[in-house]
Amino acid sequence: MEDRRLEIIVSHLLRVGVGASALLVMAGATVYLSQHGAAVADYHGFHGEPAAYRTLSGLLSLETLHHGQGLIQLGLVLLIFTPMARVALTLMAFLGKRDWIYAAVSALVLATLLYSFMSA
Amino acid sequence: MTGLGGGVIVVPVLAIALGVDLRYAIGASLVSVIATSSGAAAAFVREGYSNMRVGMFLEIATSLGAIFGAFLATRVPTAGIAIVFGAVLLYSGYASLGQTPSDAADTEKPDRVAGWLKLDSSYPTGHGMQTYHVQRVPLGFALMAIAGALSGLLGIGSGALKVLAMDRGMRLPFKVSSTTSNFMIGVTAAASAGIYLSRGYIDPGLAMPVMLGVLAGSLLGARVLMRSRIRLLRLVFGAVIVLMAVEMIYNGVTGKL
Repeated sequence: MEDRRLEIIVSHLLRVGVGASALLVMAGATVYLSQHGAAVADYHGFHGEPAAYRTLSGLLSLETLHHGQGLIQLGLVLLIFTPMARVALTLMAFLGKRDWIYAAVSALVLATLLYSFMSA
Repeated sequence: MTGLGGGVIVVPVLAIALGVDLRYAIGASLVSVIATSSGAAAAFVREGYSNMRVGMFLEIATSLGAIFGAFLATRVPTAGIAIVFGAVLLYSGYASLGQTPSDAADTEKPDRVAGWLKLDSSYPTGHGMQTYHVQRVPLGFALMAIAGALSGLLGIGSGALKVLAMDRGMRLPFKVSSTTSNFMIGVTAAASAGIYLSRGYIDPGLAMPVMLGVLAGSLLGARVLMRSRIRLLRLVFGAVIVLMAVEMIYNGVTGKL
Protein backbone atom coordinates (compact mmCIF):
# COMPACT_ATOMS: atom_id res chain seq x y z
CA MET A 1 0.00 0.00 0.00
CA GLU A 2 1.37 3.40 -0.93
CA ASP A 3 1.81 6.07 1.72
CA ARG A 4 -0.69 8.26 -0.11
CA ARG A 5 -3.40 5.61 -0.05
CA LEU A 6 -2.77 4.97 3.62
CA GLU A 7 -3.19 8.69 4.30
CA ILE A 8 -6.61 8.68 2.65
CA ILE A 9 -7.76 5.61 4.61
CA VAL A 10 -6.50 7.19 7.85
CA SER A 11 -8.40 10.35 6.96
CA HIS A 12 -11.64 8.38 6.50
CA LEU A 13 -11.11 6.48 9.75
CA LEU A 14 -10.64 9.68 11.77
CA ARG A 15 -13.68 11.31 10.20
CA VAL A 16 -15.93 8.31 10.84
CA GLY A 17 -14.65 7.88 14.42
CA VAL A 18 -15.22 11.51 15.39
CA GLY A 19 -18.57 11.63 13.58
CA ALA A 20 -19.89 8.45 15.21
CA SER A 21 -18.82 9.50 18.68
CA ALA A 22 -20.35 12.96 18.25
CA LEU A 23 -23.65 11.33 17.21
CA LEU A 24 -23.56 9.00 20.22
CA VAL A 25 -22.81 11.91 22.57
CA MET A 26 -25.68 13.92 21.03
CA ALA A 27 -28.06 10.98 21.43
CA GLY A 28 -26.97 10.65 25.06
CA ALA A 29 -27.33 14.39 25.55
CA THR A 30 -30.95 14.25 24.34
CA VAL A 31 -31.79 11.50 26.81
CA TYR A 32 -29.78 13.12 29.61
CA LEU A 33 -31.35 16.56 29.19
CA SER A 34 -34.86 15.10 29.04
CA GLN A 35 -34.16 13.32 32.35
CA HIS A 36 -32.11 15.96 34.18
CA GLY A 37 -32.52 19.12 32.09
CA ALA A 38 -34.04 21.08 34.93
CA ALA A 39 -31.40 20.17 37.52
CA VAL A 40 -28.52 22.54 38.25
CA ALA A 41 -25.13 20.87 37.83
CA ASP A 42 -22.51 21.30 40.54
CA TYR A 43 -18.84 20.74 39.71
CA HIS A 44 -17.30 22.81 42.49
CA GLY A 45 -15.81 19.91 44.37
CA PHE A 46 -14.21 16.76 43.00
CA HIS A 47 -15.98 13.52 43.86
CA GLY A 48 -14.80 11.26 41.04
CA GLU A 49 -17.18 9.33 38.83
CA PRO A 50 -19.14 6.22 39.87
CA ALA A 51 -17.51 2.93 38.84
CA ALA A 52 -20.02 2.43 36.02
CA TYR A 53 -18.58 5.49 34.24
CA ARG A 54 -14.93 4.64 34.90
CA THR A 55 -14.60 1.11 33.54
CA LEU A 56 -15.29 -0.46 30.16
CA SER A 57 -17.30 -3.30 31.67
CA GLY A 58 -19.37 -0.78 33.61
CA LEU A 59 -20.02 1.26 30.49
CA LEU A 60 -21.10 -1.71 28.42
CA SER A 61 -23.67 -2.97 30.92
CA LEU A 62 -27.33 -2.59 29.99
CA GLU A 63 -28.00 -0.61 33.14
CA THR A 64 -25.64 2.17 32.01
CA LEU A 65 -27.06 2.33 28.50
CA HIS A 66 -30.48 3.26 29.85
CA HIS A 67 -29.07 6.50 31.17
CA GLY A 68 -28.16 9.49 29.05
CA GLN A 69 -24.87 9.85 30.90
CA GLY A 70 -23.92 6.28 30.09
CA LEU A 71 -24.54 6.88 26.38
CA ILE A 72 -22.49 10.09 26.47
CA GLN A 73 -19.63 8.35 28.24
CA LEU A 74 -19.73 5.53 25.69
CA GLY A 75 -19.48 8.12 22.92
CA LEU A 76 -16.47 9.68 24.66
CA VAL A 77 -14.80 6.28 24.95
CA LEU A 78 -15.41 5.71 21.23
CA LEU A 79 -13.70 9.05 20.65
CA ILE A 80 -10.69 7.96 22.72
CA PHE A 81 -10.56 4.72 20.72
CA THR A 82 -10.42 6.60 17.39
CA PRO A 83 -6.70 7.52 17.56
CA MET A 84 -6.01 4.01 18.89
CA ALA A 85 -7.74 2.49 15.87
CA ARG A 86 -5.66 4.73 13.64
CA VAL A 87 -2.43 3.39 15.20
CA ALA A 88 -3.69 -0.20 14.84
CA LEU A 89 -4.47 0.50 11.17
CA THR A 90 -1.00 1.90 10.45
CA LEU A 91 0.55 -1.06 12.29
CA MET A 92 -1.17 -3.46 9.91
CA ALA A 93 -0.36 -1.33 6.88
CA PHE A 94 3.35 -1.15 7.72
CA LEU A 95 3.47 -4.88 8.47
CA GLY A 96 1.94 -5.48 5.05
CA LYS A 97 4.56 -3.22 3.46
CA ARG A 98 7.33 -5.03 5.37
CA ASP A 99 8.39 -1.65 6.72
CA TRP A 100 9.69 -3.11 9.97
CA ILE A 101 10.89 0.16 11.49
CA TYR A 102 7.47 1.78 11.30
CA ALA A 103 5.66 -1.43 12.18
CA ALA A 104 7.74 -1.40 15.39
CA VAL A 105 7.03 2.31 15.93
CA SER A 106 3.26 1.72 15.56
CA ALA A 107 3.40 -1.34 17.82
CA LEU A 108 5.20 0.61 20.53
CA VAL A 109 2.68 3.48 20.42
CA LEU A 110 -0.24 1.03 20.43
CA ALA A 111 1.23 -0.79 23.44
CA THR A 112 1.51 2.53 25.30
CA LEU A 113 -2.13 3.39 24.55
CA LEU A 114 -3.30 -0.07 25.58
CA TYR A 115 -1.34 0.21 28.81
CA SER A 116 -3.20 3.43 29.60
CA PHE A 117 -6.50 1.60 29.08
CA MET A 118 -5.51 -1.43 31.14
CA SER A 119 -6.44 0.59 34.20
CA ALA A 120 -9.89 1.38 32.78
CA MET B 1 -5.28 27.70 12.66
CA THR B 2 -3.09 29.44 15.24
CA GLY B 3 -1.78 26.07 16.34
CA LEU B 4 -3.55 26.30 19.69
CA GLY B 5 -6.92 27.27 21.13
CA GLY B 6 -8.42 23.99 22.34
CA GLY B 7 -7.64 22.90 25.85
CA VAL B 8 -5.53 25.90 26.68
CA ILE B 9 -8.74 27.98 26.54
CA VAL B 10 -11.27 25.40 27.78
CA VAL B 11 -9.55 24.62 31.10
CA PRO B 12 -9.19 28.20 32.41
CA VAL B 13 -12.69 29.16 31.25
CA LEU B 14 -14.20 26.18 33.08
CA ALA B 15 -11.99 26.50 36.16
CA ILE B 16 -11.90 30.29 36.60
CA ALA B 17 -15.07 31.64 34.97
CA LEU B 18 -17.42 28.76 35.81
CA GLY B 19 -15.83 27.52 39.04
CA VAL B 20 -15.56 23.89 37.90
CA ASP B 21 -13.08 21.73 39.82
CA LEU B 22 -9.76 21.69 37.97
CA ARG B 23 -9.80 17.89 37.65
CA TYR B 24 -13.19 17.83 35.91
CA ALA B 25 -12.08 20.75 33.72
CA ILE B 26 -8.94 18.89 32.66
CA GLY B 27 -10.91 15.72 31.89
CA ALA B 28 -13.51 17.53 29.76
CA SER B 29 -10.82 19.50 27.96
CA LEU B 30 -8.77 16.44 27.08
CA VAL B 31 -11.77 14.74 25.48
CA SER B 32 -12.64 17.80 23.41
CA VAL B 33 -9.00 18.07 22.31
CA ILE B 34 -9.20 14.55 20.82
CA ALA B 35 -12.36 15.49 18.91
CA THR B 36 -11.04 18.70 17.33
CA SER B 37 -7.56 17.42 16.54
CA SER B 38 -8.82 14.19 14.96
CA GLY B 39 -11.44 16.09 12.97
CA ALA B 40 -8.89 18.58 11.65
CA ALA B 41 -6.23 15.91 11.12
CA ALA B 42 -8.61 14.06 8.80
CA ALA B 43 -8.53 17.05 6.44
CA PHE B 44 -4.81 17.86 6.75
CA VAL B 45 -3.68 14.27 6.20
CA ARG B 46 -5.80 14.04 3.07
CA GLU B 47 -4.34 17.26 1.67
CA GLY B 48 -0.82 15.91 2.15
CA TYR B 49 0.51 18.53 4.59
CA SER B 50 1.05 16.28 7.61
CA ASN B 51 4.16 14.10 7.69
CA MET B 52 2.75 10.85 9.06
CA ARG B 53 6.15 9.21 9.58
CA VAL B 54 7.47 12.14 11.60
CA GLY B 55 4.21 12.20 13.55
CA MET B 56 4.19 8.48 14.28
CA PHE B 57 7.84 8.37 15.32
CA LEU B 58 7.40 11.33 17.68
CA GLU B 59 4.18 9.81 19.08
CA ILE B 60 6.40 7.33 20.93
CA ALA B 61 7.74 10.27 22.93
CA THR B 62 4.43 12.11 23.36
CA SER B 63 2.40 9.06 24.42
CA LEU B 64 4.97 7.91 26.99
CA GLY B 65 5.24 11.50 28.24
CA ALA B 66 1.44 11.75 28.42
CA ILE B 67 1.13 8.66 30.62
CA PHE B 68 3.78 10.08 32.92
CA GLY B 69 1.96 13.43 32.98
CA ALA B 70 -1.41 11.83 33.72
CA PHE B 71 0.05 9.91 36.67
CA LEU B 72 1.59 13.17 37.91
CA ALA B 73 -1.82 14.86 37.60
CA THR B 74 -3.33 12.36 40.04
CA ARG B 75 -0.59 13.09 42.61
CA VAL B 76 0.23 16.80 42.32
CA PRO B 77 -2.16 19.11 44.26
CA THR B 78 -4.44 21.20 42.03
CA ALA B 79 -2.70 24.42 43.14
CA GLY B 80 0.54 23.11 41.62
CA ILE B 81 -1.25 22.15 38.40
CA ALA B 82 -2.77 25.66 38.22
CA ILE B 83 0.66 27.29 38.48
CA VAL B 84 2.19 25.08 35.77
CA PHE B 85 -0.88 25.77 33.65
CA GLY B 86 -0.41 29.52 34.09
CA ALA B 87 3.20 29.27 32.94
CA VAL B 88 2.17 27.29 29.84
CA LEU B 89 -0.56 29.87 29.12
CA LEU B 90 1.98 32.69 29.33
CA TYR B 91 4.17 30.93 26.80
CA SER B 92 1.17 30.25 24.52
CA GLY B 93 0.23 33.94 24.65
CA TYR B 94 3.78 34.92 23.77
CA ALA B 95 3.86 32.38 20.92
CA SER B 96 0.58 33.58 19.44
CA LEU B 97 1.72 37.22 19.55
CA GLY B 98 4.99 36.34 17.85
CA GLN B 99 5.53 36.27 14.11
CA THR B 100 4.67 33.18 12.12
CA PRO B 101 7.89 31.95 10.57
CA SER B 102 7.84 32.03 6.80
CA ASP B 103 8.36 28.84 4.84
CA ALA B 104 11.94 29.17 3.68
CA ALA B 105 13.16 27.10 0.75
CA ASP B 106 14.97 23.93 1.75
CA THR B 107 18.69 24.56 2.11
CA GLU B 108 19.46 21.97 4.75
CA LYS B 109 21.59 18.89 4.12
CA PRO B 110 20.02 15.47 4.72
CA ASP B 111 20.41 14.26 8.31
CA ARG B 112 21.68 10.71 8.99
CA VAL B 113 19.08 9.75 11.61
CA ALA B 114 16.26 11.32 9.59
CA GLY B 115 17.41 9.39 6.53
CA TRP B 116 17.47 6.11 8.41
CA LEU B 117 13.95 6.77 9.69
CA LYS B 118 12.78 7.87 6.21
CA LEU B 119 11.45 11.13 7.65
CA ASP B 120 12.27 13.46 4.73
CA SER B 121 9.26 14.28 2.59
CA SER B 122 7.58 17.00 0.56
CA TYR B 123 4.45 19.14 0.91
CA PRO B 124 2.21 21.17 -1.42
CA THR B 125 2.98 24.89 -1.87
CA GLY B 126 1.82 27.60 -4.28
CA HIS B 127 4.46 26.51 -6.75
CA GLY B 128 4.21 22.73 -6.61
CA MET B 129 5.62 20.17 -4.20
CA GLN B 130 8.48 21.38 -2.03
CA THR B 131 10.86 18.80 -0.53
CA TYR B 132 12.41 19.26 2.91
CA HIS B 133 14.97 17.53 5.09
CA VAL B 134 14.28 16.82 8.75
CA GLN B 135 17.04 17.88 11.17
CA ARG B 136 17.99 17.20 14.81
CA VAL B 137 15.69 14.25 15.47
CA PRO B 138 16.90 13.60 19.07
CA LEU B 139 16.18 17.22 20.08
CA GLY B 140 12.69 17.02 18.59
CA PHE B 141 12.10 13.69 20.36
CA ALA B 142 13.12 15.11 23.75
CA LEU B 143 10.92 18.21 23.34
CA MET B 144 8.02 15.96 22.36
CA ALA B 145 8.38 13.94 25.57
CA ILE B 146 7.98 17.22 27.51
CA ALA B 147 5.01 18.23 25.34
CA GLY B 148 3.39 14.86 26.06
CA ALA B 149 3.93 15.18 29.82
CA LEU B 150 2.36 18.66 29.84
CA SER B 151 -0.57 17.35 27.81
CA GLY B 152 -1.18 14.55 30.30
CA LEU B 153 -0.74 16.83 33.31
CA LEU B 154 -2.89 19.73 32.09
CA GLY B 155 -5.43 18.10 29.76
CA ILE B 156 -4.34 20.19 26.79
CA GLY B 157 -3.05 19.21 23.34
CA SER B 158 0.17 21.24 23.90
CA GLY B 159 0.16 22.06 20.19
CA ALA B 160 2.29 25.17 20.69
CA LEU B 161 5.21 23.17 22.10
CA LYS B 162 4.79 20.44 19.48
CA VAL B 163 4.96 23.04 16.70
CA LEU B 164 8.02 24.60 18.34
CA ALA B 165 9.77 21.22 18.49
CA MET B 166 9.19 20.52 14.80
CA ASP B 167 9.41 24.03 13.39
CA ARG B 168 12.42 25.41 15.28
CA GLY B 169 13.92 22.15 16.51
CA MET B 170 13.64 19.81 13.54
CA ARG B 171 13.46 22.54 10.88
CA LEU B 172 10.21 21.38 9.32
CA PRO B 173 8.21 23.89 7.27
CA PHE B 174 5.65 25.69 9.44
CA LYS B 175 2.63 24.26 7.63
CA VAL B 176 4.00 20.74 8.01
CA SER B 177 4.77 21.33 11.71
CA SER B 178 1.35 22.69 12.58
CA THR B 179 -0.59 20.01 10.70
CA THR B 180 1.63 17.17 11.94
CA SER B 181 1.24 18.51 15.48
CA ASN B 182 -2.51 18.29 15.00
CA PHE B 183 -2.17 14.72 13.74
CA MET B 184 -0.25 13.72 16.90
CA ILE B 185 -2.50 15.42 19.45
CA GLY B 186 -5.21 12.73 19.23
CA VAL B 187 -2.84 9.91 20.13
CA THR B 188 -1.11 11.96 22.83
CA ALA B 189 -4.44 12.83 24.45
CA ALA B 190 -5.74 9.26 24.12
CA ALA B 191 -2.69 8.03 26.05
CA SER B 192 -3.67 10.01 29.15
CA ALA B 193 -7.44 9.73 28.59
CA GLY B 194 -7.46 6.08 29.71
CA ILE B 195 -5.91 7.07 33.03
CA TYR B 196 -8.25 10.08 33.40
CA LEU B 197 -11.25 7.85 32.73
CA SER B 198 -10.31 5.28 35.34
CA ARG B 199 -9.67 8.01 37.92
CA GLY B 200 -13.11 9.53 37.37
CA TYR B 201 -11.91 12.81 35.80
CA ILE B 202 -14.23 12.50 32.81
CA ASP B 203 -17.77 13.50 33.75
CA PRO B 204 -20.35 12.88 30.99
CA GLY B 205 -22.57 15.82 32.02
CA LEU B 206 -19.70 18.28 31.76
CA ALA B 207 -17.71 16.75 28.91
CA MET B 208 -20.79 16.53 26.64
CA PRO B 209 -21.41 20.29 26.14
CA VAL B 210 -17.67 21.01 26.09
CA MET B 211 -16.92 18.38 23.44
CA LEU B 212 -19.90 19.23 21.22
CA GLY B 213 -19.32 22.97 21.61
CA VAL B 214 -15.62 22.88 20.86
CA LEU B 215 -16.18 20.54 17.90
CA ALA B 216 -18.89 22.80 16.42
CA GLY B 217 -16.74 25.87 17.08
CA SER B 218 -13.72 24.38 15.35
CA LEU B 219 -15.77 23.48 12.26
CA LEU B 220 -17.14 27.02 12.15
CA GLY B 221 -13.91 28.72 13.14
CA ALA B 222 -11.93 27.14 10.33
CA ARG B 223 -14.27 28.84 7.84
CA VAL B 224 -14.50 32.21 9.58
CA LEU B 225 -10.76 32.40 10.17
CA MET B 226 -10.06 31.92 6.47
CA ARG B 227 -11.38 35.41 5.71
CA SER B 228 -10.63 37.42 8.81
CA ARG B 229 -7.76 39.61 9.94
CA ILE B 230 -5.43 37.07 11.48
CA ARG B 231 -3.05 39.69 12.85
CA LEU B 232 -5.71 41.43 14.96
CA LEU B 233 -7.17 38.11 16.08
CA ARG B 234 -3.78 36.94 17.29
CA LEU B 235 -3.32 40.15 19.25
CA VAL B 236 -6.68 39.92 21.03
CA PHE B 237 -6.21 36.22 21.60
CA GLY B 238 -2.70 36.72 23.03
CA ALA B 239 -3.92 39.41 25.44
CA VAL B 240 -6.80 37.22 26.69
CA ILE B 241 -4.44 34.33 27.26
CA VAL B 242 -1.95 36.42 29.25
CA LEU B 243 -4.82 37.68 31.47
CA MET B 244 -5.99 34.13 32.12
CA ALA B 245 -2.43 33.05 32.86
CA VAL B 246 -2.06 35.71 35.56
CA GLU B 247 -5.43 34.73 37.07
CA MET B 248 -4.49 31.05 37.00
CA ILE B 249 -1.14 31.57 38.73
CA TYR B 250 -2.73 33.94 41.29
CA ASN B 251 -5.41 31.38 42.12
CA GLY B 252 -2.79 28.65 42.33
CA VAL B 253 -0.58 30.63 44.73
CA THR B 254 -3.46 31.69 46.95
CA GLY B 255 -4.80 28.13 46.89
CA LYS B 256 -8.22 28.98 45.43
CA LEU B 257 -8.10 26.30 42.76
